[in-house]
Amino acid sequence: MAKKKFVVACFDDEDVLFPAVKKVRTAGYKIQDVYTPFPVHGLDHALGMRETSLHTAGFIYGITGTTTAISCISWIFTKDWPLNIGGKPHFALPAWIPIMFELTVLFAAVGMVLTFCYLCQLAPFVKKHHFHLRATDDLFVMAIECTDKTNVDDLKSFLSNNGAIETDVQIAEEGWWFGRYDNDEIPFQKSQIVAA
Amino acid sequence: MHLKYESQLREPLVSGNKNYHQVTEDIVGPIEAKPTKLWYIGFYIAVALLMFGVYSVYREVTYGIGQWNLNKTIGWGWDITNFVWWVGIGHAGTLISAILLLFRQGWRTGVNRAAEAMTIFAVMCAGQFPIFHMGRVWMAFFVLPYPNSRGPLWVNFNSPLLWDVFAISTYFTVSLLFWYSGLIPDFATVRDRAKTKLRKRLYGTAAFGWTGSTKHWQRHESLSLVLAGLSTPLVLSVHTIVSFDFATSVIPGWHTTIFPPYFVAGAIFSGFAMVQSLMIIVRKVFNLQDYVTLGHIEAMNKVIVLTGSIVGIAYLTELFMGWYSQNKYEGYTFWYSRAYLFSPYGWSYWGMMACNVISPQIFWSRKMRRNLFVTFFMSVIVNIGMWFERFVIIVTSLYRDYLPSSWSVYYSPSTYEIGFYLGTFGLFFTCFFLFAKYFPTIAIAEIKYVLKTTGDNYKEDMSKVEQMKVDEFVHEYAH
Repeated sequence: MAKKKFVVACFDDEDVLFPAVKKVRTAGYKIQDVYTPFPVHGLDHALGMRETSLHTAGFIYGITGTTTAISCISWIFTKDWPLNIGGKPHFALPAWIPIMFELTVLFAAVGMVLTFCYLCQLAPFVKKHHFHLRATDDLFVMAIECTDKTNVDDLKSFLSNNGAIETDVQIAEEGWWFGRYDNDEIPFQKSQIVAA
Repeated sequence: MHLKYESQLREPLVSGNKNYHQVTEDIVGPIEAKPTKLWYIGFYIAVALLMFGVYSVYREVTYGIGQWNLNKTIGWGWDITNFVWWVGIGHAGTLISAILLLFRQGWRTGVNRAAEAMTIFAVMCAGQFPIFHMGRVWMAFFVLPYPNSRGPLWVNFNSPLLWDVFAISTYFTVSLLFWYSGLIPDFATVRDRAKTKLRKRLYGTAAFGWTGSTKHWQRHESLSLVLAGLSTPLVLSVHTIVSFDFATSVIPGWHTTIFPPYFVAGAIFSGFAMVQSLMIIVRKVFNLQDYVTLGHIEAMNKVIVLTGSIVGIAYLTELFMGWYSQNKYEGYTFWYSRAYLFSPYGWSYWGMMACNVISPQIFWSRKMRRNLFVTFFMSVIVNIGMWFERFVIIVTSLYRDYLPSSWSVYYSPSTYEIGFYLGTFGLFFTCFFLFAKYFPTIAIAEIKYVLKTTGDNYKEDMSKVEQMKVDEFVHEYAH
């Protein structure tokens, strides 16, 4: 698993964070990510991220649900077992609308949540590197990826001048691994093999 | 930075000069503390009720529906009454989290988490009744359409009872997903503060490895918005379909076109009442008065008086139609079985009227809307009233219908019928006690999100913005 070197800057106010993001990006540094305790609107655009297509996926799941319902019910009630219910038409579309609607919603919701978890790589027993534990509390944590050319000290002072209250350097792994949060074992730290 | 501007005239939704860290402290604090003695007492009472419920259900499953006092005429009694009642209560959560999200109502953030939890528990309770009413509960899976060895004999897709199966199960699933996806970031907050090994492990598992990445938040926002958009028609459809269980039949008193909106309004009415009952206790016990303010309580009371009045109009419309239709069966049901106080079930109709229509009118007064004692008392009254409503609809319509020879004797529930109902209370409160103790009862991330627009300390800072001329404001804030 690849480990990388990051300069981590912590901000305590989103109003300070925004100009800092802008300056860091103009200065040519690559922001790996900004970790925030709540959704900060506009930050995704400030970081140059594209819009998510999750809602499009939701729409596709939704129409899958609708077509599943209509095709299953119409096949069952007109072909497989045409049941005479009070002499009414076998293809009783108005009566199927409730189930078609429910399946649309069900497919869209379940599909979207699963897609969301897949895209964000979220699942039980998944562990990720956390640059700062207070990123889920009150700090806005910016992680900048270092290259060979990055002057770490310059970058740190640059960040401090732009309002970071805390800066440090971390060697961390991107991505996730199976792990428990009560266990500090990090996969990229190979345990020392002591020869007897 | 905030595109959402809130007027100074609106009262702050978060009081007590909070900053982000204090929000975390206040909400996660009760989770980290040891349960109090009061919590244990409440929890054990709930578990005891649940056990009695389990025993009642055991009797019903072992000896059959005869354990209940249902008869050939009154085939639906307390069981379906309780089912509709619980489903109705289960409407407030998704209404608060979905519809109020779409309407951009800031006050939803204080109560949505607990309301959604309540929704899920209420739907769990509701589901028990039709399932055990089936009698041979081990054959409950027959309601699912799957290719089977009985023909295959399919379920009847034209039947409202089957629509209900789909509606309730979809509603439960979607509410659960909506609730849990909102909980993930908050579990991460609890996880990152955890001191003990067990907490780190449990909350670490529950938080799914959430980091708070901007990209993840972007997707999370999109997910919440679309789920809200889906849940809004869903919440309306669920009680509409429940009302179809009645409205598509030809029983006088049930065969009514106004049932869908009337049921939905009633559901919101009782759901908000239940949210009030629970939140008034939760905010007191966990010291969350800064997050669930009197403003929140007042907003919910406004919804209660509105929906209560809609329900009242529906009752009067039904009475009017009972006369105007000049249908003697309709007239008999509405004007004798229900509205005549001295008919066998007249007491339940007037109980319903008193609890649902007359007493909530007290909330036209601002002073009463902001009075905690009155609100709590009224929330209980409203839920009693809404229980009466379902009882009135079901029993007064069934006990005397077209054929006098099949009129029923007076129906009153058996011990195990009542026990089943009490058992669902046990289930509900057992779940709610566990939720209140071990889950973030208020959506932490959402409170932080609205803090700078509606926190009292931040609102003061906005005064200078308030004084700006339009041109200055645009120059400063429009990018």
